[in-house]
Amino acid sequence: MTEQLYFVDSERLGKKTLEKKHRLEQEPCSRQNHMEYMEGMECISSDIMQRVLGEMKGYDPEAYTDEDVRKALVHDVCSIEDFKAFLSPAAMPYLEEMAVRAKSETEKHFGNTVYLFTPLYLANYCENYCVYCGFNCYNDIVRKKLSHEEMKKEMEIIARSGIEEILLLTGESQSVSDLSYIGEACRLAAGYFRNVGLEIYPVNTEEYRYLHECGADYVTVFQETYDTDRYEELHLLGRKRVFPYRFDAQERAVMGGMRGVAFSALLGLADFRKDAFASALHVYYLQRKYPQAEYSLSCPRLRPIINNDKVDARDVHERELCQILCAYRLFLPYVGITVSSREQKHFRNGIVKIAATKVSAGVSTGVGDHERKYEGKRVGEAGDEQFEILDDRSLEQMYEDLEQEGLQPVMNDYVYV
Amino acid sequence: MLKKDTFMLGGREFTSRFILGSGKYSMELIRAAVEHAGAEMITLAVRRTNTGKDENILGHIPEHVTLLPNTSGARNAQEAVRIVRMAREIGCGDFVKIEIMKDSKYLLPDNEETVKATKLLVREGFVVLPYMYPDLYAARALEAAGAAAVMPLASPIGSNKGLATKEFIQILIDEIDLPVIVDAGIGRPSQACEAMEMGATAIMSNTAIATAGNIPVMAGAFKKAIQAGREAYLSGLGRVLKRGAAASDPLTGFLRDEE
Repeated sequence: MTEQLYFVDSERLGKKTLEKKHRLEQEPCSRQNHMEYMEGMECISSDIMQRVLGEMKGYDPEAYTDEDVRKALVHDVCSIEDFKAFLSPAAMPYLEEMAVRAKSETEKHFGNTVYLFTPLYLANYCENYCVYCGFNCYNDIVRKKLSHEEMKKEMEIIARSGIEEILLLTGESQSVSDLSYIGEACRLAAGYFRNVGLEIYPVNTEEYRYLHECGADYVTVFQETYDTDRYEELHLLGRKRVFPYRFDAQERAVMGGMRGVAFSALLGLADFRKDAFASALHVYYLQRKYPQAEYSLSCPRLRPIINNDKVDARDVHERELCQILCAYRLFLPYVGITVSSREQKHFRNGIVKIAATKVSAGVSTGVGDHERKYEGKRVGEAGDEQFEILDDRSLEQMYEDLEQEGLQPVMNDYVYV
Repeated sequence: MLKKDTFMLGGREFTSRFILGSGKYSMELIRAAVEHAGAEMITLAVRRTNTGKDENILGHIPEHVTLLPNTSGARNAQEAVRIVRMAREIGCGDFVKIEIMKDSKYLLPDNEETVKATKLLVREGFVVLPYMYPDLYAARALEAAGAAAVMPLASPIGSNKGLATKEFIQILIDEIDLPVIVDAGIGRPSQACEAMEMGATAIMSNTAIATAGNIPVMAGAFKKAIQAGREAYLSGLGRVLKRGAAASDPLTGFLRDEE
């Protein structure tokens, strides 16, 4: 079994805990039904999940031919069928042609602008057991949650560097990082930054409305994989295990008044072509239902985590990632595409000229270590990082590099209304 | 020689018929628009102003240029009004361009909400220039609401597809007693020229110049094209034959006066 690679037992786990962990790993019947809602989870009865999963089921990347790709390349508007062809292995020899077309679409919709942002991890406590994630509840890491004062300090340091858009993240612990804690962080962040985004555990519509009122306006939720069976094998415990509740998170966020929503699969967990297909289709159908909202896609590949360096993106190499991003751009020319510091400098420098419209800078995926990272001071103990990053350029370096590539870095293009 | 050819907006006189749109900004683009295209009015997205970095556009616009803050990002009349008030507070003046979009894919303007916002803002003393889909009824409603001009789109924003809505813009030019400023979708100087030949008052463009190989040269090309189209319109276009050739002798030449 592939996922065996991800199972790591910490020496610090007690006997009972270990037994439970092993049972979850080895006995599928010991796990909760991943398609069933847990208590308190709002069901919005949306039809989008069934449509996306239905289309995904019928997609066989291997069935597409050279001819299909060539036909897709001459079409003015990229249909769902064309998109399937662009994502298929048959399109690999046409990568350069796809990139040329993608670049022209990006320029039409975004000019030469590239937006910059940075993530801020508020806490890394987590109640889920997602076997590939560094924050999972069985992983032996240093846990930390920023206090009000610490948040303020981190935000001050980040704002001083010139960042105007922030993405607030937490591990998925509703008890440690509860809604009012996150709301307080949003209020604080709205004082330092022009644009506040959230990447937290999915919540109900009214809770999204509350967070919007606190100053957040953009919600990112990664579905990780759209393959429900694979999802079941990877998310063994906790509220995250509930696939449909997570799937409808963006829709609830839009219903709750958020301006925009971001999507992605974590590439490398399952068949990445099908996952990329489903991610884009998720955006496509939601855009048709809520045309006023703004949409963006990310493209994270699996990265090694603390205590387990075997976690990696397997068959998603740079060429495949580039293919996915070009296909995204051709199918959804109007959506933002974010490329995080999971990718190396040379890849990010190249992809912003083709398809990406947003990159992070000055990144830390740990909790409370911006002072050390930005200003070289070591104060207290920081919480461990979620995954290893590959591009540690500061905002200043990133800004300069983008300008040198003939691009226009944009700190902010936004007004909260 | 033609006499001085100017037009009025909100009590202000303009000579240049090129207006720089917002979106893909750079300082180079603003310089080129003012120096090479002769722009006297520059749009700026309120959501791009007041930024901490030294990219604040306000500080880079020459004094003689009229600022036209826009409401991009607004999804309804209420949000547009809030953005406009914000613009006034940060010193952008009284000219405003209303942009209300409820569609993130094509960014097409919502005429109904635009009429609502125009009514509210005219009452507050703003000079309102609404971006609109070229619909005669909406244009009339905007005129009745007190708009200073109408700004119909030529084709979807950023598409560079030219005058896709040509016939409908012509109807506005013929029927509305306000300046008609063609906005969005003008991809090349020849398209700007064509719109001016039709009788448009001015052209607003950004992407076509911002994404050109040489920004100052393209800005100059737009200036010449707009001028050529304007002069052609003022002089009255020559005959354009739809089909066949015109007989040099009149067809009715055989007719005689009967005695």
